Amino acid sequence: MSEIVVTHVPHKRSIPFGQEAVGALSIIALGAIGYFLYPDDLAFLTRLIGIAFLVLSLDLVTGYCGVATLGHAAQFGVGAYAAGIACVRGITDPVALLAVGVFAGTIMGLISGALITRFRGLPQLVLSIAVGQLVAALANKLSWLTGGSDGLSGITPGKVFGIFNFDMYSRTAFLFSLGVLVIVFVLLQRFVRSPFGLMCRGIKDDDLRARMIGVSIYPRLVVMYGVAGAVAGIGGALTAISTGVVGLDSVSFERSAEVLVMLVLGGAGHLWGALAGTVIFMIFEHIVAAANPFHWMTLVGLLLILIVVFAPRGLIEPVLSLASRFKRKGEAA
Amino acid sequence: MTNLLEARGVSCSFGGLHVTRDVNFKLTAGDRVALIGPNGAGKTTLVNLITGDIAPSEGQFFMGGDEITGLSIPDRVRRGLVRTFQTTRLFANLTVADNVALAIMQRKRITRRFFSSSTELPEVRAEWSEILSHLGLAKLAYRKVVELAYGQQRLIELAIGLALHPKVLLLDEPAAGVPHDEAPKILEAINRLPSDIAVLMIEHDMDLVFKFARRVLVLAAGRLIFEGSPDEVTADHEVRRAYLGSYADARRAT
Ligand SMILES: Nc1ncnc2c1ncn2[C@@H]1O[C@H](COP(=O)(O)OP(=O)(O)OP(=O)(O)O)[C@@H](O)[C@H]1O
Ligand SMILES: [Mg+2]
Repeated sequence: MSEIVVTHVPHKRSIPFGQEAVGALSIIALGAIGYFLYPDDLAFLTRLIGIAFLVLSLDLVTGYCGVATLGHAAQFGVGAYAAGIACVRGITDPVALLAVGVFAGTIMGLISGALITRFRGLPQLVLSIAVGQLVAALANKLSWLTGGSDGLSGITPGKVFGIFNFDMYSRTAFLFSLGVLVIVFVLLQRFVRSPFGLMCRGIKDDDLRARMIGVSIYPRLVVMYGVAGAVAGIGGALTAISTGVVGLDSVSFERSAEVLVMLVLGGAGHLWGALAGTVIFMIFEHIVAAANPFHWMTLVGLLLILIVVFAPRGLIEPVLSLASRFKRKGEAA
Repeated sequence: MTNLLEARGVSCSFGGLHVTRDVNFKLTAGDRVALIGPNGAGKTTLVNLITGDIAPSEGQFFMGGDEITGLSIPDRVRRGLVRTFQTTRLFANLTVADNVALAIMQRKRITRRFFSSSTELPEVRAEWSEILSHLGLAKLAYRKVVELAYGQQRLIELAIGLALHPKVLLLDEPAAGVPHDEAPKILEAINRLPSDIAVLMIEHDMDLVFKFARRVLVLAAGRLIFEGSPDEVTADHEVRRAYLGSYADARRAT
């Protein structure tokens, strides 16, 4: 037998928790820019953060697992309604309301996931729309609970940690949302690199290969949907808390479609892509809609076409490949 | 001796085309079996049937006395039934290390962990690092699979198979597409496997068959037409006519 020269793979040099630190600091820095430079737009920026949770949540199932869905607003809306209803009925502590949103979102995610991930391809997409529409119809019909088409109003949460009041400039709401985003984003960064998260990416790449290494796919996807539901539920609850109302738009088909657009815009399969897509789309919409309320959708359409043509894998992809090229150069030097 | 895998009267047809006809065979501990036959004989289909990718229209499979015919693919894998694919099926957008690490982590039942970082877990890392080193893939560990040459991807198929610690390993033309100077690594890897597992290799290259197999099964038009030692196979008139043709003659002449 020939002599085997075993050259083991050198360890990757990386700072422990480096990525998480970069993630947290970047979000805090961006938040600080918003807070200090645009103090009049904090209500809008708070809404943006709420939607960012939904796009992150969608990224988990679509970007990381390859599930096609146009009904993802259901998770967000259920979280929003649950937190809103709880608040109206007397649970006013913001952190407790977040927990209510997480709980409701998780349940909704598990139910949706159990239905939707049984199928693949077009049937899956259609089913996701059906689930979304069902939730929207329920929100409309159960008007004694949800306020129906008038929306649920009168949500007046108490002080954050019993200290900070929600003010009319949305300062507290913004900082509270930003803080939750930092925590959730860091947890998600670890989650998507965990064995579970890696396996989900494997399933997305080739599910037969995944089964051939012994993975039962369905339970994995349902669990992932549960996690995604929790994240979306947080976004819903935050939006309910900070805006004081929950409307049918939060469970609408348009919302589901819009967040899919944001995800594709930023780059599905990256947490940064989800964030970038949300920020760019929402700010673009905010500015253009104010400047030209009649044609802003046309402009959004044009922007999208340009991006799909020139950066089909999302805006984050060129940035990431540039970063990795730098890194490789650094390692070679 | 215990039967690690047994096929009893297995048949399968695709819309009237009988691709597998009444196939019976046993694999026992320590078996090193080559499955040969002309293109389209139904070799890959037989592997698909064994692993549960497609269901037979008739017949049963057993592992160590338990029937596995109705089991799902992952259930069979968990019993140690592992295959590689003829046309590679890998996690194309993951790194080579991640591909192998996923197999290891699945085997160790740690893919349900949510917050530990995955590929660099020490006990996982030591294993994939060793497997990749043996196959000459160490330098490529952190490259994405899509970026690699086809021959290198073929070796990753094998790496994943090895990482699952199979009891029965089915290799579907593992050497096809692998550059000539890399090919010996495949046999070396198989030779390093525990001696009590069964390996079945589909292979067209008769030199490799001779080096690897102690027993050869010949499949033609979906039927097992011959079973014997490599020398018996090349000597057999019918096999020569069905498949080997000039190869057997050439071998005899030397
Ligand atoms: N899913 C399928 N549907 C219909 N026909 C199929 C299917 N899979 C295989 N076949 C047919 O079954 C026959 C056997 O195919 P198979 O791939 O098992 O042959 P093989 O012995 O592995 O050939 P090769 O040496 O080329 O790999 C072929 O005629 C093929 O066209
Ligand atoms: Mg074949």
